[in-house]
Amino acid sequence: MSKEQLMVAALENGSVIDHIPTDKLFTIVKLLELDKFSEPVFIGNNLDSQIMSRKGLIKVANKFLNEKEISKLAVVCPNIRLTVIKNFEVVEKREIGLPETLSDIVKCPNPVCITNNEPMKTVFYVERHNYIHQMFPYEHELNEQDNAKLKCRYCGKEVDLKEIKLK
Amino acid sequence: MENRSIVSIADYSKTQIKTLLDMASEFEKYPNRELLKGKVVATLFFEPSTRTRLSFETAANRLGARVIGFTDPKVTSSSKGETLKDTIKMVSNYADVIVMRHKLEGAALYASEVTDVPIINAGDGSNLHPSQTMLDLYSIYKTQGTLNNLNIYMVGDLKYGRTVHSLLMSMRKYHPTFHFISPKELEMPEEYKFYCKHNDVKYVEQRDFNEDTIADADILYMTRVQRERFTDLMEYERVKDAYILRADMLTKCKDNMKILHPLPRVNEIEYDVDDSKHAYYFEQAQNGLYAREALICQTLGITLNDIKNDKTIIK
Repeated sequence: MSKEQLMVAALENGSVIDHIPTDKLFTIVKLLELDKFSEPVFIGNNLDSQIMSRKGLIKVANKFLNEKEISKLAVVCPNIRLTVIKNFEVVEKREIGLPETLSDIVKCPNPVCITNNEPMKTVFYVERHNYIHQMFPYEHELNEQDNAKLKCRYCGKEVDLKEIKLK
Repeated sequence: MENRSIVSIADYSKTQIKTLLDMASEFEKYPNRELLKGKVVATLFFEPSTRTRLSFETAANRLGARVIGFTDPKVTSSSKGETLKDTIKMVSNYADVIVMRHKLEGAALYASEVTDVPIINAGDGSNLHPSQTMLDLYSIYKTQGTLNNLNIYMVGDLKYGRTVHSLLMSMRKYHPTFHFISPKELEMPEEYKFYCKHNDVKYVEQRDFNEDTIADADILYMTRVQRERFTDLMEYERVKDAYILRADMLTKCKDNMKILHPLPRVNEIEYDVDDSKHAYYFEQAQNGLYAREALICQTLGITLNDIKNDKTIIK
């Protein structure tokens, strides 16, 4: 191995979160509360990437993300890759996409929505309609985050994925 | 048990709408019955709305039900910090159907999720108001004989007007042509214009409001242009009188044309229009009674056949 390559200990059990946009790395660290985690955590940023020129990477030992955490990751930055390792073997590798429904993940931006005034769960539907493509038919380079909108089940307000706040 | 709540009618099929219209029509023939004898209807008005409450309570009373409820949230436990869920749970022990009005958007849907007692949404903030939509549909159906292929002209505040948005969505299956007549500041929001395009509904936007621009209307749906909606008060002063309907503007209109208004009106329809054969806003309010009788029965599982074969009619 050349000296220019990064050396990180292989995980026996844990998760690897890869292809993280560099500006979102620490958001994810905070979201997963890795700053309070007592097991080994490797965090790398501005690493070379063939896909996205620069990327962030997190390896965390003995942690397996639950569906809620995965949904939160998907909202913050869709299209990141999650690898699950057990006994040094990759047992699962997947691109994290947005689910159809987000249950109690994000906050409704509408102050007069019932969800902001009652102790209750929020529910948002992910709308992938081609709204933006119809308005700007010549823009082909839009990714999922530009394209998706979330619609509140209760007040019906639509909000751009980029503008939402996690609950 | 199937939840029979009526939170929104925007997604009702044409068959479901037709059934409700036919039910309302039966109630118009015989509004007084004892069909709901022994039933209790709760009217929970977390936000005051005298007109809607009186209409619902009259509907319940004319069908023989008894009514409980409150008209002002200040006298209830919600002012002590009780959650909506707890209030609904409590009232569910007493009532067979709950009619509720709330200032928060989505309140009726949430209420319908926490109880098995059917909820009727009597308005949740600026979100939905299905009984108003139903009475608008009934008024259009009754005066035009159909809901299909009509020219519907909406005038005034099309930006904040909840009733015009609900009507627009409910009419989409009937091939209407909409004309949106409003000042620039209060024009129909993009999302509803997109909704029209998406559903192949024709629409035309106009700024001018005069006898020529409304000559082809079947329905003229007037709304109030409110001063507090304007950020630029000079703009308000400029347009405030431009969207007022006067009797002399009705000279070229179609014979079947009817003027609707959700009421209350302030000055957007001159009083000289009231005597015109085209004025229909007071009858429209009366239709609200029949529409609400239909909605209450629908939530209680009473069918059109039950209503047609009703032996409890008081003549």
